[in-house]
Amino acid sequence: MTTEIEIRRQPVDCAGQDAELLLRMFRKMLEAREFEEQLYYLFLTTAMPGTMHQAVGQEAVAVGVVSALNPDDTITSTHRGHAHCVAKDVPLDEMMAEMFAKREGSCRGMGGSMHLTDFSKGMLGAFAIVGSGIPIATGAALSARVRNSGQVAVSFFGDGAVNEGTFHEALNMAALWNLPAIYIIENNQYALSMTVAESSALPDLAARACAYNMPGVRVDGNDALAVYEATRAAVERARAGEGPTLIEALTYRIRGHARFEAAGYRPAEEVDAWKNADPIERLAAGMIAAGIASEDQLNQIRGEAERAIEEAIAYAETCSEVAAEDYLAYITAEE
Amino acid sequence: MRQLGLAAAIREGIIQEMRADQSVILMGEDVGKFGGAFHVTHDMLDEFGAERVWDTPISEAGFTGLGIGAALTGMRAIVEYQYLDFIFCAMDQVVNQAAKIHLMSGGRAKVPLVLRGPQGATGRGAQHSQSIEAYFMHTPGMKVVLPSTPYDAKGLIISAIRDDNPVLFVEHKLLYGAASPGGGKALSDTAIQAIGMDVPEEPYAIPLGSADIKRAGDDVTIIATLLMLHRALAVADQLSNEGISVEVIDPRSLVPLDVETIAASIAKTNRVVVVSEDTSRAGVAAELVATINDHCFYDLEAPVQRVAAGDTPIPFAPAAERHVIPQVEDIRAAAQRVLSD
Repeated sequence: MTTEIEIRRQPVDCAGQDAELLLRMFRKMLEAREFEEQLYYLFLTTAMPGTMHQAVGQEAVAVGVVSALNPDDTITSTHRGHAHCVAKDVPLDEMMAEMFAKREGSCRGMGGSMHLTDFSKGMLGAFAIVGSGIPIATGAALSARVRNSGQVAVSFFGDGAVNEGTFHEALNMAALWNLPAIYIIENNQYALSMTVAESSALPDLAARACAYNMPGVRVDGNDALAVYEATRAAVERARAGEGPTLIEALTYRIRGHARFEAAGYRPAEEVDAWKNADPIERLAAGMIAAGIASEDQLNQIRGEAERAIEEAIAYAETCSEVAAEDYLAYITAEE
Repeated sequence: MRQLGLAAAIREGIIQEMRADQSVILMGEDVGKFGGAFHVTHDMLDEFGAERVWDTPISEAGFTGLGIGAALTGMRAIVEYQYLDFIFCAMDQVVNQAAKIHLMSGGRAKVPLVLRGPQGATGRGAQHSQSIEAYFMHTPGMKVVLPSTPYDAKGLIISAIRDDNPVLFVEHKLLYGAASPGGGKALSDTAIQAIGMDVPEEPYAIPLGSADIKRAGDDVTIIATLLMLHRALAVADQLSNEGISVEVIDPRSLVPLDVETIAASIAKTNRVVVVSEDTSRAGVAAELVATINDHCFYDLEAPVQRVAAGDTPIPFAPAAERHVIPQVEDIRAAAQRVLSD
């Protein structure tokens, strides 16, 4: 059982694969990346309130997983959730407006970065208490079963969350009842400063699945296609009524834990090595090698992604400020 | 009219809502095969099946989260805690998730979720005897409902199920009207009045936030919930023999709170005692005193009297438990103090 994580730099093996799928994943990953790169800049140069947690370098997990879902399948996200939202087609304009605490934001300015969500897109919420979304996604899976809707529910969470009790409780119930749930451990190798080896007695996190009598799959989380394929198999299993799957996607948090956190607890050579295993560049190289797209085509998509974020920022600037008393309408739901 | 106990009234309300609305589901420990530790969910598994009545493992945080997830996706989930003391295992799910999701989503998500179970001191020691409502009264985004009679219980559970918010529905073990299996002696208390036992068979809803004047009077107002409401009524009986007229108000829900009914009573009596079985410090009674101060200060002719449990874990020994929990004589003494001030 390996605990040493191999850093893979090879291009994604795109030979014979669906070009439309690959190009869509490429675009989504770029949008997620550009969204967060611009946020970093906006936090430095504007009055953007609050904080944020970047998933730079982890985009293949969000995009690979969601690409294997139907639009009405549901997901739960975390404090590091921008890429999940982008993948789930939450409008970029509304996401950016939320970051600026505007009324037109996806949560009307009431949620912010850590709670970015859009229920109309099957995004059930970004739950910023580590591990808390795992049973909530499991409840969505239970609901899908009761309603016989054919939906699956996916919970994204980090390597730190597997040591919360909710991980154990939810996975046990999902397996006990064969619920259509998929659990994605987005193993970026650090829970703030703590490595997996420092916090988990069994660092092979996918192996924990055996305790719940469900399949546990380890996948290269910087290979969008591999993530997609692993998720597709889990989705098929879930829709067939065969129960949940645990997927551990191995990736790396290129940035610090939050906003400007410097992450000085990590060796520079480790960070550099993972920067050279960038999931977007690996997919680009794979598509070129397989003749699916030319460098020019990919550059065009890069430009379009950049413009989409520029437009989102421009939109957010035109949005209206949240009034100090807006929140009063949202404390409880009344008819 | 047909009479029911409190547990049977809650049960009937749940069953009628489950028959009327396919989206209502129930989950919790031993709620199915066993029918619930206090028989509230008796035979529901037989009628509604395992897809709507979920016997869960002992995983309070987990199954509370499942209830939230179900509520976010079209279900109305009822989550039972075998004892409300156990809800503390699920505090993150209740306080950080269920109560906050509506606001965090800018009003786009609703969490129609009922969290219910029994509480109250009944000789079971510190971890099965607490009154927990103040923690959730302190949690914006939640509603807190406390029925003291079978009639109220049925109408309130129906409203709680139909509500689009997380509702804590607090039941008192001594009011259930039956012994619990394995619980030893029948649960009873001499102060418990046979009131509100006429329960209509058809479904009806009592709006949350409507207090009920359980007994009208002119000289002093006593505000109390659950078992304490019954003890307050016993005090009212005693004092009426001495020519003192007591008005007894049951808020029925603490969130929302019917301040109007309370204020109207105080405008009439000018003297008030608030009683709660939860601990005194930062508790339900403390909040009621502050609310009365905010709304009724110039109607008061004496300081408000607060009667609540001692600030201690509930001790096991019956004499000690009795010392900690407000008794009829404690409420009576408080009423006499407020009348003599």
